[in-house]
Amino acid sequence: MWSRRSCRYRPDASGLEELRARRREQESALRKARRQQQLVSKRLLREDSLVNGDGQAGVEIASEPLSEQEILQLLRDVQRGTEERKKLLSHLRKGLQHKETQQKFVRLEGSMQVLIGLFTSSLANVQMEAARCLHELSHSSDPAVAEACLPSTSYLLTYLSGHSVEFTELCLYTLGNLAVESDAVRKQLLPQGIIPALASCIQSPHVAVLEGLGYVLSQLLQAREAPTKIMPHVNNMLLISQGIVSTLVLLLLELASMMSKAATEGLELLICPVLRCLSNLLAEDETEGCKVQIQDERLLVALFLFMQYFLQQHPFLVQECLWLLNNLTADEPIFCSAVLTLDLLPALLQLLSCSRMVTLLALTVLCNIAEKGPAYCHQLHQKAVLPSLLSTLALSDAQVVGQSLELLHLLFLHLPEAADDFLSQAGLQALEQHQDNPQLQERVRALSETYLQPAAASLISCAGASAAVLPSS
Amino acid sequence: MLLPPELSVSLRVERPVLPVRLRTPPRAPFCFSPSRLRFHRQHEFFEDGDIHRHLYLQDILTNVTEVTERSKVSEFCCHIVGCCQVFDTLEGYEHHYNTLHRNMCSFCKRSFPSVHLLDTHILEWHDSLFQIMAEKQNMYQCLVEGCVEKFKSSKDRKDHLVKVHLYPSDFRFDKPKKAKSSTKHRKPPSKLDVSMPMDVNVETFEQSQVDSMEICPSESVENPTQPVSGPISSLQEKKLYKSRIPSTICFGQGASRGFKSMKKKV
Repeated sequence: MWSRRSCRYRPDASGLEELRARRREQESALRKARRQQQLVSKRLLREDSLVNGDGQAGVEIASEPLSEQEILQLLRDVQRGTEERKKLLSHLRKGLQHKETQQKFVRLEGSMQVLIGLFTSSLANVQMEAARCLHELSHSSDPAVAEACLPSTSYLLTYLSGHSVEFTELCLYTLGNLAVESDAVRKQLLPQGIIPALASCIQSPHVAVLEGLGYVLSQLLQAREAPTKIMPHVNNMLLISQGIVSTLVLLLLELASMMSKAATEGLELLICPVLRCLSNLLAEDETEGCKVQIQDERLLVALFLFMQYFLQQHPFLVQECLWLLNNLTADEPIFCSAVLTLDLLPALLQLLSCSRMVTLLALTVLCNIAEKGPAYCHQLHQKAVLPSLLSTLALSDAQVVGQSLELLHLLFLHLPEAADDFLSQAGLQALEQHQDNPQLQERVRALSETYLQPAAASLISCAGASAAVLPSS
Repeated sequence: MLLPPELSVSLRVERPVLPVRLRTPPRAPFCFSPSRLRFHRQHEFFEDGDIHRHLYLQDILTNVTEVTERSKVSEFCCHIVGCCQVFDTLEGYEHHYNTLHRNMCSFCKRSFPSVHLLDTHILEWHDSLFQIMAEKQNMYQCLVEGCVEKFKSSKDRKDHLVKVHLYPSDFRFDKPKKAKSSTKHRKPPSKLDVSMPMDVNVETFEQSQVDSMEICPSESVENPTQPVSGPISSLQEKKLYKSRIPSTICFGQGASRGFKSMKKKV
């Protein structure tokens, strides 16, 4: 159903570098757009002209843009039916792949109305081809072009309750592209009844239609006004009461079990939204004292499998897994216990040498575990958490070091012997490098005075005592 | 990552939970307390994941249905009586059937895009009881699914559609029933004659005849078109259009009616 755009040519070394450079540019443009809260992407359905009938990838013959005169002539010919209408519309559609042609088209008086007339024709192939033209227009990066499609929305919505899979799919993606365009478009779509129309689509047994439906909804929900205007009556408590949490957990387990199989490309795109859903639901403010509780340990295993699998390729997923892990371990001793008894601690400790956010979250999870009490601290200590902590103390980031100090505090609080071991591993010196940092010095001193100096003193007095019993020479 | 070798998601063994100490607040200067985290949707925590997703979106080409579904078969004909359209793909046939035959009124042979519109049509055009009841109560239901408003006339309903639901005033699937025999409105010559029916099919052809008569005078100036030095006037184009019927369309049962109306109204 989905495929990446095939390479239009086989690039040589310089071509590859050019591709990479373009990719970097693309990425930085997206980051900039996101920071300005303008991150929007549209989707395009287009017959892959690269795959010929015999399945061979061919060189794409670029379609030509059209002049105003050519557009006019095409439309007149279609109206007169002098040639096969489908071919004419096909020609128009190929031209509309070009931005200039799109702009010329919408500026021509009456052109959109003719197109809509064709779109509502009961000649099926004419209708389909007109729909494809409309779809190209909806995908335009020029907002004026997309907004020129507004007169078609009432028909797009009417056709959603039709039965042709391909046609419905096309209408859905066109609507999705338009919905994300602007406030003005949504201000029309909502009163026209887009939500009930989409609700009727949900009954479809066809995956293609459901995917398209998902696309429209996700585009609608990106709107700033979504919480108040689009889904004012939907909230997390409602979703939770409908059993969404167990459904999501099962979905994640299924995704994790797919990891061992061959085709895992793009799996992270499926996992990421589910992780976010669960983390957000877990973080839901308790109303009437009911917090979401998950108790399935298999979820823990799934998360670690994801982190292992994606650590190299897609590190963003590691930090999002750790976020969920934090929300699971904050209140549930089950998960804290399972991390230890399932022998997952070494993996967690490995994460302490990754990016700043990953290190911070891993430390927070460790704090969640240590906070549960002496039994937990004992296990942590046994499984060598101290050496890893000493490494993090050598870092310069104050927040990371601060979190390490919090963890040390919990360990020393519940397990006095941890302080002794810390000392013997040159822990005091590791702490002292931060004693002048205003964000850290209070905690450094507290650790020193409360746990380390008394421990050191008792060591000295022990040494003194044993010296006393040594026979003098 | 150092995961234990036998780790599997199918693992589900009852495992004792380590005993928990009662939670107490943190002692100053330490401040840590376990808490569930939440980030607002624009938070930079999600940036990398969002960028990854959008790079993917911009990169992909969605193929319209699987390639296998579009395989060609040997040519076959639509099997509905009177329709002799020919197809060479199942998808093409399915679309044609859904557009033309699926939601067809058995009284007047008009096709509709959905069951909902068909049902409304049958009720309003072919149900004699409807007319009687409409005199006493609001019977004309709003066409937008999910809207429960009812009106006492087709015009009132159209006003509602336009005002509240922002529908176009020339919405194709909302045609009032009565056929007046007022003169056809002549549009000034334009670059493109937008009122020209694009449809050779019987139902909408008839409807378009009804169109030009049913549209209220005020609406005829809805889309003002500027006279232009176009070579062909709209009227000429209309005549040309009427006489041409593409060979791929075969008129069946409804054909005679179509021609009959032509004779009446021209």
